[in-house]
Amino acid sequence: MMMNGTMNGFLLSILIWLPILGAVAVVMAGAQRPAMAKGLALVISVATFLLGLPLFFSFDTSTAAMQFVESRPWIETFNIHYYLGVDGFSAPLILLTMFFGILVVIAGWRSIQKNVNQYMAAFLVMEGLMIGVFSALDGLLFYVFFEAMLIPMFLVIGIWGGPRRVYATIKFFLYTFLGSVFMLIGLIYLYIQSGTWDILAWHEMPLGLTSQKWLFLGFLAAFAVKVPMFPVHTWLPDAHVEAPTGGSVILAAIMLKIGGYGFIRFSLPITPDASAALDWLVIGLSLIAVVYIGFVALAQQDMKKLIAYSSISHMGFVTLGLFVAFAIYRKTGGVSGAALGVEGAMVQMISHGFISGALFLTVGVLYDRVHSRMIKDYGGVANTMPWFAMFAVFFLMANSGLPGTSGFVGEFMVILSAFQANFWFAFLAALTLILGAAYSLWLAKRVIFGAVANREVQNLQDINAREALLLGILAFAILFIGLWPQPLVDMMHVSVDHLLQHIIQAKVI
Amino acid sequence: MNSAQMLLAAPEFWVLVMTCVIMIVDLFLREERRGIIHMLAMLTVIFAAIITLRGGYLLDSVPAATAFKDSFIRDAMGDVLKVFAFLLMGLIFIYSKFYLRNFNMFRADFFTLSLFSLLGVMLLISANSMLMIYLGLELISLSVYALVAFDRDSGRGSESAMKYFVLGSMASGMLLYGMSMLYGATGSLLLPDIAEAIRTQGTDDILLVFGLVFVVVGIAFKFGVVPFHMWIPDVYEGAPPAVTLFIASVPKLAAFAMAYRFLSSGLGDLHVHWESMLASLALISIVVGNLAAIMQKNIKRMLAYSTISHMGFVMLGLLPNTAFGFGAAMYYVIVYGLMTVAAFGMVILLSTRGVEAEYLDDFKGLNQRNPFYAAIMGLVMFSMAGVPPMVGFFAKLMVLQAVIEAGMMWLAIIAVVFAVIGAFYYLRVIKYMYFDEPESEVAIQAPVDFGAALTLNGIMILGLGIFSSSLIAICMASFGL
Repeated sequence: MMMNGTMNGFLLSILIWLPILGAVAVVMAGAQRPAMAKGLALVISVATFLLGLPLFFSFDTSTAAMQFVESRPWIETFNIHYYLGVDGFSAPLILLTMFFGILVVIAGWRSIQKNVNQYMAAFLVMEGLMIGVFSALDGLLFYVFFEAMLIPMFLVIGIWGGPRRVYATIKFFLYTFLGSVFMLIGLIYLYIQSGTWDILAWHEMPLGLTSQKWLFLGFLAAFAVKVPMFPVHTWLPDAHVEAPTGGSVILAAIMLKIGGYGFIRFSLPITPDASAALDWLVIGLSLIAVVYIGFVALAQQDMKKLIAYSSISHMGFVTLGLFVAFAIYRKTGGVSGAALGVEGAMVQMISHGFISGALFLTVGVLYDRVHSRMIKDYGGVANTMPWFAMFAVFFLMANSGLPGTSGFVGEFMVILSAFQANFWFAFLAALTLILGAAYSLWLAKRVIFGAVANREVQNLQDINAREALLLGILAFAILFIGLWPQPLVDMMHVSVDHLLQHIIQAKVI
Repeated sequence: MNSAQMLLAAPEFWVLVMTCVIMIVDLFLREERRGIIHMLAMLTVIFAAIITLRGGYLLDSVPAATAFKDSFIRDAMGDVLKVFAFLLMGLIFIYSKFYLRNFNMFRADFFTLSLFSLLGVMLLISANSMLMIYLGLELISLSVYALVAFDRDSGRGSESAMKYFVLGSMASGMLLYGMSMLYGATGSLLLPDIAEAIRTQGTDDILLVFGLVFVVVGIAFKFGVVPFHMWIPDVYEGAPPAVTLFIASVPKLAAFAMAYRFLSSGLGDLHVHWESMLASLALISIVVGNLAAIMQKNIKRMLAYSTISHMGFVMLGLLPNTAFGFGAAMYYVIVYGLMTVAAFGMVILLSTRGVEAEYLDDFKGLNQRNPFYAAIMGLVMFSMAGVPPMVGFFAKLMVLQAVIEAGMMWLAIIAVVFAVIGAFYYLRVIKYMYFDEPESEVAIQAPVDFGAALTLNGIMILGLGIFSSSLIAICMASFGL
């Protein structure tokens, strides 16, 4: 017990720094010894995952308080602390991050030939930094992780990406950077007002409505770019199309979630009154994302672009689920319906992580063989790659929200919750069930089914054991959450209630 | 003059004596033994640092003291700046030795002139009277004019030296003019006495404000902020990189000290007047610097415009006239020095025998040629762009905090927006290094000391960011925080 206690006191630090320091070792392996770099990266990512399992098994689901807390002074002059901890919102996302940490190493095993050591190291650094983002409870520490994360992603897209990689990666970097500097100004303002960088103390701090609104807009600038919300989503399709498979997977599965997480950790609890006053803005943009971007996805010729737009559309559910809470509270005076929306948003984040990651991996499998992402270059893949077709169709079904898959659970919860707020919210959001099915299944029809389109498809090899393992794990995860979401919901339930109780209390001075 | 007072200026005396020793020793040295000069110069800065630290103003918080009829002040802030000037100087000597040997310019004059300039920097840092300020300033400038034209056969070098000389003299003249007005208005050359006189007679005197304007021009020229920046790109480009290394870094520390002593210690009561002047200088520097840097193809010119925008940020720290703001500006200037020295160190590293690596294209594919040095340049570029966890981010953070605390939120917002625009040209360097294929396959070779110094430099840029606490505390402590 004693051992366990001390271990838990450092657990988050270990999860952050093991991959980052491990990355140094991987780089040192040198470009001449790719096998060693890959092996080392796999060992480190698996070790991180195993060490991180207490985050699930020792997690206390009965409290909304921070767990695995770790705090020591970092920059004393400004009262900045190295302050880490997790609750029901961050713990599932950290687990997701560690899970994908392993998958991307395996996914890059064969397809990456150039500077393998740097590729693996970049992903390990990114994993550590993303865990840092989810566990930071100090405003500045959060910002440091949030920004530092851009560096490895910038390099991953720029070095191993497609033909327009330079344009895509600089666009990605500058968009995110521009969004987050406004948040930085907001954070500095909060520090000057409160004398602390402690995010939890900021939650309790009373703030005037005007400053809340400015802060809310500052946070919105940072997180809306990250989610991404309409109309600042344009970097995402470019970044996805040009990124290597692993980059796309991390981008879709984890990085977009950081935007949603930011709303939960910053916007809602720090500026609840501004969130209530401006919820129409976020809900409106979310609905536009769900419907309009859904139509945009329908028109894509490029598989990766299609999935990217589908991601934006699905992430619209996350922001919708988070912000309908206020409308429900205004209408019913209670928060029980709102809890469904927030939980739905969280489930949607986790589920979309698995599904979009899986879809990018399936596209990666095809791309490795044919070196094209264009839908027109395929057709009848099921004839030559039956196993692959099975997985691909399953993932596309999950993407369109088939009951029994995780895609259904989150969307359904959010739609139910939206119904309590306003019929039209729910109506528009539910359109995605049609749109999602349309673009997903039409993609399946054009790529997987039909007659064999050309010689390239004729010569395709079915997936090997490594790829089957990757896709199999993901398929299992998607089914598991779809059929039995209870463990996941239990993990976050108390934290969700706590958040909702907090945000309905006005803190205007 | 008693010996205790002389002791206050011990580091200055040491540097002066050693510089003269180096000049004399050089007369008796044969060509192939010139290395001794370099060693002596290194010893000079190392011992100067030790002597400075032994004074205890920095480590044991000995109270500030003055000497030479109060015109020289020794305090913690001055010692911090001096120690970092010595550190930068040491790095500069190591980097420049490699360059000078490569380009057959390894002569003792480089070291003596740099050391004289360093002496000027030290005097300016410790100046407590307008006379001392002017002496320090001219000692720096005159040595640097000669250094810029150090490559005697280079037309560009001579041209930029001439340009620098003309503009620099004009700025000195303006400063002198301003000083004479201040002297006329207050009747003293000593900064504390000037402050006292202003306090008693009030700030309405038109002569004072006129004097202030010219003083601010002199300071702005030294920093190289817009619109007094014209010399910077030309001098950076025309001077040999070994000299640019120096011009770009160490004198900026002195410029900061000059601004602090003059504006805060001397003219603190005129804050309402100089605050708006610095705010406009800062604003146009950040805007012009970042926009002009985007258009550059020559890395030296790009770094010149980047310097201009960085100095704009330093101005942001100065303008609230708060202890916190000065601490932030000082931190910024030190951090800037470390980054700039590393960036020009890279330029020197890539200059192969006889051909300077002037263009951004020369950085193409550096990651393929040498991933280690590419990573260091990457750290420097991300740091300059202000991306955490590199130290450049913390510098920007503190300056922004000072500005926001002073209630100038709008200034902070414009500054960060242009910092993002500025990030583009730093990212472009990364793009050349990492995303492009190399044009030359020549292996990158550097002597052991060069490699070690550059590595140390890179580690500082990352390490002082991750473990930023101590340097921030030192800078703040210098201003009693």
